[in-house]
Amino acid sequence: MLKLRISDGLHMVARKVILCGLISLPLPLFATLGEDVSSVQSDQAHINAQLRILPSQSYSIHELRSPTGTTVREFVSPAGAVFGVTWRGPFSPDLRQLLGTHFEEYVQAVSAASNHSRGGIHVDTGDLVFESGGHMRFITGRAYLRSKMPSGVASDDLR
Amino acid sequence: MLPGCGGSKASNASSSSSPASGTNVQAITVNAGPTGNYANGLFTSVTVCAPGTSNCQTVSGVLVDTGSYGLRVLSSALKLSLPQQNDSGGNPVVECAQFVLGITWGPVKTAEIKLGGEQANSVPVEVIGDPAYSTVPAGCSGHGTPQQTLAALGANGILGVGSFIADCGSACAASGSGNPGFYYGCPTASSCQIIAEPVSQQVQNPVAFFAADNNGVMVQLPAVSASTASVSGSLVFGIGTQSNNSLGGAKVFKLDNFGNFTTTYKSKAYPGFLDTGSNAYFFLDSATTGITDCPSQENGFYCPSSPASVSATNTGANSTSSNVSFTVDNAATLFANATDSVFPTLAGPNAGAFDWGLPFFFGRNVFTAIETKSTPGGTGPFWAY
Repeated sequence: MLKLRISDGLHMVARKVILCGLISLPLPLFATLGEDVSSVQSDQAHINAQLRILPSQSYSIHELRSPTGTTVREFVSPAGAVFGVTWRGPFSPDLRQLLGTHFEEYVQAVSAASNHSRGGIHVDTGDLVFESGGHMRFITGRAYLRSKMPSGVASDDLR
Repeated sequence: MLPGCGGSKASNASSSSSPASGTNVQAITVNAGPTGNYANGLFTSVTVCAPGTSNCQTVSGVLVDTGSYGLRVLSSALKLSLPQQNDSGGNPVVECAQFVLGITWGPVKTAEIKLGGEQANSVPVEVIGDPAYSTVPAGCSGHGTPQQTLAALGANGILGVGSFIADCGSACAASGSGNPGFYYGCPTASSCQIIAEPVSQQVQNPVAFFAADNNGVMVQLPAVSASTASVSGSLVFGIGTQSNNSLGGAKVFKLDNFGNFTTTYKSKAYPGFLDTGSNAYFFLDSATTGITDCPSQENGFYCPSSPASVSATNTGANSTSSNVSFTVDNAATLFANATDSVFPTLAGPNAGAFDWGLPFFFGRNVFTAIETKSTPGGTGPFWAY
């Protein structure tokens, strides 16, 4: 299986160019929180993914559409680590794949939290922050790792 | 049926509205629910029958949820035997229903559902936590934490009467990676595989199956001026089909493909939705609203040091627009009175969206029109208030 490589040359070109074309992809299709962006296992994802570089240059956003119609955005640090992920669409992405080694931490935190509040999920383990809301057939959520946030980036940027 | 009542405090002005009456009316009540500790829980009793028989059971403490679609009942609460739905290969169909808070796992059965004077025949329903299917597939729990018990759900079931008909739709009727994995065929209880489930077989909003009054619902709850133990109201079936469910002066807000409209707050637009199954106003976050989060014991709510006034504008896909204002109080202070279960000023964060939960419904007639159904206000889906 081909691994993603974004060469320096492609980066230079990509600063000026938006690669278009969101396509439906076989799972798994997106990188895992906390890991290197090259953890995307399907090279098709990035050949056809829309790569958007923000003017601040302090991070890049890889936007993908899952086969179930949900838009996933991965926030990637200059060092190539996925420090945050957001998702919005009709169906939740597979959280085991999205959160990777942080999935168990998320499960523990949800189980430990009081379920008095029934509008959505809010967990904060100190490093992992996971929030989601919506209703059946619509989910909006985000997860990020405080330890991997580039300096100057606020959680509010993760949308 | 009589709604459950606690005492109400003499100092507040909340009360029952004069109830709608008629064959299309179902009594609903906001109270602590079957666990005794639900905040802003809207509950009703649902009568379920084995199809074509008089074997029926009335299940109380069922959450009325305009944010989901279909009837689900805890196996622990259901003493009735219902026919099992099987897939085209003859295997029992078991569902992984995906909600925001988690998933519910259980077999799909067929039931007759009676609400008010209405009846829905042969409707697929989900029986949550059936001991015959105790293994939750990994692909299912990857979409959320299983909520299989009364303690987890806070209710004996969920009555989903929102704007969609099926709980998944065409995505679950397809094969391949586009299928979000709500429906499984289980040749044995531990060998379940995702299947393509035709929409007509999916768990569906029972209102759409009524012979009449089947184009939507109206939730009618009284104004609530201060926290109290319980309030009673009505779930009225049909929009503009009888003298008690006319839109009147309600404005129609058409919905997008996700079943949302737009809520604008401080000049930014967010997805917005009305949801009796959410137990507070849930919107945005502390940084955006300036309202303090509660400490961890009241995780998921706001705790302003003094009451916060909030104003936002809802706009439908048809450009109908209206401004809504409300007050947010400190949740920890609200919860300090253990006899209260109804909280009109309860709120919390919800990153990226505006969830108009149960408090929005106090003192308003709120209509939910079902997709594709025709009403005097136009074709659903829409909300009107």
